[in-house]
Amino acid sequence: MMYPNINPLVLFFASIFTSNILLTNFLGMCSFISISKDLKSSNGLGIAVTLVMTITTALNWILERYVITPMELGYLRYIIYIIVIAAVVQVLEMIIDRVSPNLYMVLGIFLPLITVNCAILGVALFMQLRNYSFIQSVLFGLGSGIGWWLAIVLLAAIRKKTENAPVPAPLKGVGITLITIGIMAMAFIGFAGMINVQ
Amino acid sequence: MSDFKKILKNNFWLENPVIVQILGICSTLAVTNNLRNTLIMTIGVTLVTALSNFTISAMRNLIPRKVRMITQVLVISFYVIMVDIVLRAYVPDVSKALGPYVGLIITNCIIMGRAEAFAQGNRPLISFWDGFTAGLGYMFVLVVVAFFRELLGFGTVLGIQVLPASFPKWTIMVMPPSAFFVLASFIWIAREMQIKKDISKTSQPSGGEKK
Repeated sequence: MMYPNINPLVLFFASIFTSNILLTNFLGMCSFISISKDLKSSNGLGIAVTLVMTITTALNWILERYVITPMELGYLRYIIYIIVIAAVVQVLEMIIDRVSPNLYMVLGIFLPLITVNCAILGVALFMQLRNYSFIQSVLFGLGSGIGWWLAIVLLAAIRKKTENAPVPAPLKGVGITLITIGIMAMAFIGFAGMINVQ
Repeated sequence: MSDFKKILKNNFWLENPVIVQILGICSTLAVTNNLRNTLIMTIGVTLVTALSNFTISAMRNLIPRKVRMITQVLVISFYVIMVDIVLRAYVPDVSKALGPYVGLIITNCIIMGRAEAFAQGNRPLISFWDGFTAGLGYMFVLVVVAFFRELLGFGTVLGIQVLPASFPKWTIMVMPPSAFFVLASFIWIAREMQIKKDISKTSQPSGGEKK
């Protein structure tokens, strides 16, 4: 097993800023656009995504290393990953409901949505494709989650400010949001001189 | 037959999944800097949407409501794996360039959306058509976006040089941010046209229904 020689910490910061899963890989876009109207929901979804992403990346890495690779089940990879993600979301929903009804109220509707959030599956697939070690994978998952969270909270804040801006009618809503995201993406890519992964 | 025509019109233009419903832009914006990859990717998405809609519709009376989401995801994954294997066998370079994005068709919200909104309550054949046309609507938007990004970014179309070599290449067009700008411009133009049509329709209600 050859792992790429990247310091896990570098990977962590890179996945938050320069290779932000949302702004450079376009993953998790649907919920990003539809939820970011409201700062509070954005925050809730951000926490949930970070949590699920870290856990599923770790679990999928273990499965990849000890089940999929030795048993040559590569062709079932997508199904295995998606089942793990669905299961984790389900279990997490039950645990959060029990332990902290408050958090459950905040996350409630957003948790099931996460199963079909492409960012979660995307991180797992990137992790497998780039052959990361366990520590690298977990930090990559955590960093990508935080990056996603940061981006959605920032966008929600910007959208709040520009809500009443005089924008041409056909561009209102999604159009102007996409342009805002584009400008954000440029700003995030601006960090690229500092750290870079792939 | 008019049902089929109406679905085509709705899915392709009036309620285009990308322009109006903003679905499924997640995984595919990344591949629109190259027209060839985009074409292959969107053909894959169209096939998966159509076939999984057909399958889910055929099984709709057998699936308990509680496990319907996971069943849908499994059906979709099955077709995505087929697409992945075919791509790997016949166009390995494209498969490599698309990377994880082929697998991410599973979580493409258009497919889930059509399955939930249409296949769950309609007969298989018409569901197939609904999925197919939704895929075409998606393909239409992405191909236009990819055309402009590749043309301005590399000066090529489908890898063939069209613009003169003296044309300064807009490097930003092949970088991630421009995907948002081009798509936003597209949505702007499309909505402008849709709004204009609405206005002309309401001002002369007698002639509005034709075609």
